[in-house]
Amino acid sequence: MVFVDEYPKTSKLIRSEFIVSFVALGIGALFGIIQALHRTGLFRGVVSSADYYTILTGHGVLLVLVFTTFFIAGLFTWGVASSLERELPQRLSWAAFWLMLTGTVLAAVSILGGVFGSPNVLGHDLSADVLFTFYAPMKAHPAFYVGAALLIVGSWIAGGAYFKSLWAWRADNPDERIPLKTFMVVTTMLMWYVSTIGVAVAVLVFLLPWSLGLIETVDPLLTRTLFWYFGHPVVYFWLMPAYLVWYTILPKLSGGRLFSDPLARAVFVLFLLLSTPVGFHHQYTDPGIPEGFKFIAMTNTMFLLLPSLLTAFTVVASMEHGARQRGAKGYLRWLRNLPWGKPAFAGCALAGLMFAAGGFSGMINAGMNINYLIHNTLWVPGHFHLTVGTAFALTAMAISYWLVPQLTGKPLRQKAMATVQPYVWFAGMALMSNAMHRAGLAGIPRRTAEPTYDEFAFQGVAGTVGEMRLQIAIGGTLLFVGAAMFLIVMADTWIAQRGGTLSVNGHLPDPLSGPEHSPRILDNYKLWTAIALVLIVIAYGPPLASMVGDAQGLFGPGSPPIPV
Amino acid sequence: MQVHNFEKLWFGASLLLIVGFIATIAYGSAGIGITMIDDSGGTINAQAVQSGETGTQFDDPGVVKENESHYTVYIVAQQFQFVPGSGDDPVRVPADATVTFQVTSADVMHGFSIVETNINTMVIPGQVSEVTARFDEPGTYGIVCHEYCGAGHHTMGGSVEVVPQSEFNDTEVSQ
Repeated sequence: MVFVDEYPKTSKLIRSEFIVSFVALGIGALFGIIQALHRTGLFRGVVSSADYYTILTGHGVLLVLVFTTFFIAGLFTWGVASSLERELPQRLSWAAFWLMLTGTVLAAVSILGGVFGSPNVLGHDLSADVLFTFYAPMKAHPAFYVGAALLIVGSWIAGGAYFKSLWAWRADNPDERIPLKTFMVVTTMLMWYVSTIGVAVAVLVFLLPWSLGLIETVDPLLTRTLFWYFGHPVVYFWLMPAYLVWYTILPKLSGGRLFSDPLARAVFVLFLLLSTPVGFHHQYTDPGIPEGFKFIAMTNTMFLLLPSLLTAFTVVASMEHGARQRGAKGYLRWLRNLPWGKPAFAGCALAGLMFAAGGFSGMINAGMNINYLIHNTLWVPGHFHLTVGTAFALTAMAISYWLVPQLTGKPLRQKAMATVQPYVWFAGMALMSNAMHRAGLAGIPRRTAEPTYDEFAFQGVAGTVGEMRLQIAIGGTLLFVGAAMFLIVMADTWIAQRGGTLSVNGHLPDPLSGPEHSPRILDNYKLWTAIALVLIVIAYGPPLASMVGDAQGLFGPGSPPIPV
Repeated sequence: MQVHNFEKLWFGASLLLIVGFIATIAYGSAGIGITMIDDSGGTINAQAVQSGETGTQFDDPGVVKENESHYTVYIVAQQFQFVPGSGDDPVRVPADATVTFQVTSADVMHGFSIVETNINTMVIPGQVSEVTARFDEPGTYGIVCHEYCGAGHHTMGGSVEVVPQSEFNDTEVSQ
């Protein structure tokens, strides 16, 4: 039976979450091409260089906070409902949806106010050109902070619906192992609860009251540190859903089955333990933080490579198993027996391949001292467009080709366009990202409208600056085309009448090595959450104590708000 | 828990890679002496930096000669310039001398990197970034503000002129 007929209420919820996600993707992609053409100097006719930062803020917030969070909410809802075989609690889930949507609208309106002359609304200029990191003492309209808070609180409540379903399922099935998909969802949400505390405190205790004038100053280093307490785990909040897809659905799409259920569980537990006590690796070049704390975060970060390296093994092994089930031979020739013409498979596999490249550039980022070379250069967006911009985004698009027909009961339309789309994205990202990495090595900064200066000129590294600009512009254009193709396929499928039979189904084969082989302790959430908290206290306790315990206290060395 | 032999091998190789990375970084720090930016610069009142009333050298930023082979450069980063550094006010230091940069912000967060070197630090209001370096080769080096600091962020650059010791004139710096 098709998911939509089996769980009609939950399907409607997921569809609503996906629609918000896809709208955010469309606007974010439009902002993306405007930036790509603007900063490379190919076309600067859309916005002024001062307004570039409004577009950049919108691109960041809409793509990494809205597109991701809503898509993940939908994917997780599907994962829990399908593996626990029940509708999700409706009131809780819809309350979460409306809270998240309200937050999104508030944040989006305050950002877009910037391109409409920042009118005065409720006593503050309606503008939020603060980028998605909103570092104090730059001040956004208070509605921006309220919006960010609602989006996060909404995601907490959405998580509550998953837990409620799990408890209900547990009451019916006291001795069974938690199904893998639900296990992954719940582990990710535990990580999310632990890590979003940082940004919630930054926004609710400091930035919101400060933007309203209730407190005079905040300590920019403290709020920045609280942001990055959340800012790295959020990366795993994007990645773990992609891993869920790669572990549970991709093996089936390859024609085989998952290699190992126990290893999949172990990987997710490692993410819960290690995702948060690493945030200082975004602050390697920050003053005011002793070197020892940076070294602890660096060590944790390096061990965080382990679950991703293990994932690379399991995913490739599962795909190879699938290819061999289809009759493949040879050490590498099996690659040819994979269904590269099926967009759901091709998108996930290409996303995984690009993630491997992103993983290696991430190892450079994580290297405490080599980080000096690339910190805040174009290398960094080059890196995260491979991770969140491809490992997550391309996986999300690819799995939508498989999932949306099951959520609507309508066969996928525009199949030719869907088949080409992952390759367009891959080609665009290959051009843009390699050039961004090399531009970063040349010292060209990120987050700037015009990377040329009066005082000096950049020298290219492994290529010329002009060639890199051209690749970034062409790559960015292809990525916009790729996003547009995806949205056309989705829109056409969505508005079609129901009819015809689906070529996809939600049945997932059992793993080669099933849950009966994985130790029960892996499902002990209390234990893993407790260890995660201990690691966080070790990594963050002393630095935070020294920041708030100094003579200047909680709000100092203080800065008053500076509107931008 | 059943673990396949290939998995064990991969697990071992992954751990080796991780430990190897940590070892090279520890060596870079302890052996070669590539230290991290830390809290050695201390804290400062950003509003006093803005009004020039810190009672420190930041009230009159520029190059200060500590001794024959050590110079300290005090730089204030503010929307949208480095003082000194930006426009026709480059930072001038001699080659083959120890140069300590002390950088702080008068307003919002900025970045301070010297292009094609490993001098790269955040500039955070309330904190002083301290970086010590040595320029082996004379020439002009670019300074970039690499953290978004407002609508004119893309104009915020600067330069460091490293001149041969024989040509460096001590009279242009504070003693």
